[in-house]
Amino acid sequence: MAKTYNAGVKQYRETYWMPDYTPKETDILACFKITPQDGVPREEVAAAVAAESSTGTWTTVWTDLLTDLDYYKGRAYAIEDVPGDDTCFYAFVAYPIDLFEEGSVVNVLTSLVGNVFGFKALRALRLEDIRFPVAYVMTCNGPPQGIQVERDILNKYGRPLLGCTIKPKLGLSAKNYGRACYEGLRGGLDFTKDDENVNSQPFMRWRHRFDFVMEAIHKAEAETGERKGHYLNVTAPTSDEMMRRAEYAKEIGAPIIMHDYLTGGLSANTQLAQWCQNNGMLLHIHRAMHAVLDRNPHHGIHFRVLTKVLRLSGGDHLHSGTVVGKLEGDREATLGWIDTMRDSFIKEDRSRGLFFDQDWGAMPGVIPVASGGIHVWHMPALVSIFGDDSCLQFGGGTLGHPWGNAAGAAANRVAVEACVEARNAGVEIEKEGKDILTKAAKSSPELGAAMDTWKEIKFEFDTVDKLDVAHK
Amino acid sequence: MSDVQDYNSSLSDAAQSRKYETFSYLPPLSKESTRAQIQYIVDKGWNPGIEHTEPENAISNYWYMWKLPMFGETNVDTILAEIEACHKAHPKNHVRLLGFDNFAQSAGTAMVVYRGIAV
Repeated sequence: MAKTYNAGVKQYRETYWMPDYTPKETDILACFKITPQDGVPREEVAAAVAAESSTGTWTTVWTDLLTDLDYYKGRAYAIEDVPGDDTCFYAFVAYPIDLFEEGSVVNVLTSLVGNVFGFKALRALRLEDIRFPVAYVMTCNGPPQGIQVERDILNKYGRPLLGCTIKPKLGLSAKNYGRACYEGLRGGLDFTKDDENVNSQPFMRWRHRFDFVMEAIHKAEAETGERKGHYLNVTAPTSDEMMRRAEYAKEIGAPIIMHDYLTGGLSANTQLAQWCQNNGMLLHIHRAMHAVLDRNPHHGIHFRVLTKVLRLSGGDHLHSGTVVGKLEGDREATLGWIDTMRDSFIKEDRSRGLFFDQDWGAMPGVIPVASGGIHVWHMPALVSIFGDDSCLQFGGGTLGHPWGNAAGAAANRVAVEACVEARNAGVEIEKEGKDILTKAAKSSPELGAAMDTWKEIKFEFDTVDKLDVAHK
Repeated sequence: MSDVQDYNSSLSDAAQSRKYETFSYLPPLSKESTRAQIQYIVDKGWNPGIEHTEPENAISNYWYMWKLPMFGETNVDTILAEIEACHKAHPKNHVRLLGFDNFAQSAGTAMVVYRGIAV
């Protein structure tokens, strides 16, 4: 029977709280951590979040009756306590897939983290996880090449890739900058990297940088007989300009370019990733601004969501944190999101902060990049945590070597190979790390000097954003 | 500056400077460590394969296959014997051992076991 129109304000839970709803395989599912204002019942707040992130508004409108709102609405279908924190709770919301444009993570985020985050009935709101149904995944372009293709392009098998971010991050001339890249690459790195702030400033315009860096790559390749790359940052003020820089990088034969997907924006990122796929280019992704969104345990977007968003939008590398270096990142949670980057099916696992099964179908994986305050002494732990399908990036840990970049690069290369060889031979490398490195240093004075330089440096601060199970 | 060591690598000195990916920055693999690496490939469920090339052509993707990949072979001695046979037939060439991961459709690992004589 047709419904009648009753103007006025209804409680959200009358429409959007559906505890008996069984999510469909094609639904997009979201887990929010909600911190409500005092005195508002959980079901009402959860329903409000479902409403405001889907079809609802604050009052009934007559046009609601022109559509099948019961089909299109988001459904809050479950509520759970947050372990160790009584100020908030988890709410699970299911959205029918046709609420979202195909292939558009932009559209998904605009709904799920749009107006609802400013909603007055909430003190704070955090999007903890999203389950993208494989039906939606298959509408997205995803990583331009993926892990296996990258290995085949670069001829690197059975070990983590090695990189280095060029420092100082700002102020070098293009020619001096190319020198820093060349020294690192000839010493045994696979990649050097533009720091995220390097775009096209007066001290070094992008085109000069691209030219000098490309010469560095060519010479280092001829010298070592190995394939090399440099993440040429094409992040730009407009997407037209971004594409201009990407086209030039391709024209001079660069194998890989780089983009900052949050500050540059997801539309630009998706556009660039599709172009990279069509043009045989690898795409390294930086994540400037992520900590603004993901570090507060009560408000924002968890990094595991930003990880899924990037995999859908497209990128071959994504920074993941290091666990052991200078930047924030809990070990189990990090393992959760690096699995989310690389694997084709990831099981729900609350001990790693994974709220849903995630099936990626045929979508290729993304290589996690560990970067930030790491040096040779961290190598055994890094190889153990990240495994082979990773890129370990030592900036200061390469360039700060007392004999220069080439020696710093060689030290890291020897260290990573020694750890991999030992791991393959069945050695527990985190436990035996010191012996492995000491033995390898006997045939590598570069590694010995690196070990002497950095032996006292550790970054042992407590993590701010811990998994909820660890709170009390 | 006397404490600073030079990094000795150049276009003209191939023997000193040319590398060939995984483990090429370590001393040559001993017989014992080669066995351990073969065991690793077997334990991973990968198919062992052997390839070789003249060192000056090492940059190519396609080295010469030594016979076919040893599908399903799990005996370390058998695999080692094939590596030795390839080396004996091509003593000046790089000889590399690969583990083919048919699920990833990619090599799981690859390493040069005998280092050729650079020219």
